[in-house]
Amino acid sequence: MSSTDNRPTSPHVQVYRLPLTAVLSIAFRAAGAFLALGLLLLIWLLVAAASGPDYYQVVHSMAASWFGQLVLFGFTFALYYHLCNGVRHLYWDMGYGFEKESVAKSVWVVLAVSVGLTVVTWLVAYIV
Amino acid sequence: MNLRTPLSQVKGLGAAKEGVSHWWMQRLTSIALVPLVLWLGFGLASLSGADYATFTEWVRSPMVAVLLILTIVVSFHHGQMGLQVIVEDYVPNEPVRAAAIILVKLAAVLFSVIGVYAVLKIALGAG
Repeated sequence: MSSTDNRPTSPHVQVYRLPLTAVLSIAFRAAGAFLALGLLLLIWLLVAAASGPDYYQVVHSMAASWFGQLVLFGFTFALYYHLCNGVRHLYWDMGYGFEKESVAKSVWVVLAVSVGLTVVTWLVAYIV
Repeated sequence: MNLRTPLSQVKGLGAAKEGVSHWWMQRLTSIALVPLVLWLGFGLASLSGADYATFTEWVRSPMVAVLLILTIVVSFHHGQMGLQVIVEDYVPNEPVRAAAIILVKLAAVLFSVIGVYAVLKIALGAG
């Protein structure tokens, strides 16, 4: 055994339990990639509406099905999570909120606001 | 010791000759997308269950058409920059990486033009 074997190693990602901040950091990127697909759905909806009532109705009933609603709910949360965490990144870019405590706190703010926005959006969709 | 010329230092554009423009455009588009995304999210939610006539009437409103086009163009621009960074980070093979970035950028232009055309067709069409 050489004397270098005792040096601290960086966390091995497959056995190291990632802190919430790290999980949500990679989720920010994953949500962004996922939203690129959501953008294609938006274009699909607009093309359907531009091509006439028949095809619009096809897309509309797909979106209104339970599976369509589930997918749209997923996109809604991904969208608001990416938005809120993006604002957090802009705040960091200005040089604020880098301390360990404030990073751990702002994770919860981001989660709370994105869940809140998702709930309010779906209340608007189903009640208003 | 610094081997860079005074001109290159004062321009501050680095080896890629574009300085921080990619980083800056990501931030600029994200600032623009904060109000646009909130508008679109709640706008589409209030249109849930809307029939063809209601939906196209919404798109035909000048403010909605303009905001929709802005949202499409800015989000595809933002999205292709983000996907480019993801590809650069996770695709080590140079030719595959270059091909993926080219594909992402061309697809972003294609789909944003399709989206803008669809909005204009609804907004300006005779319907």
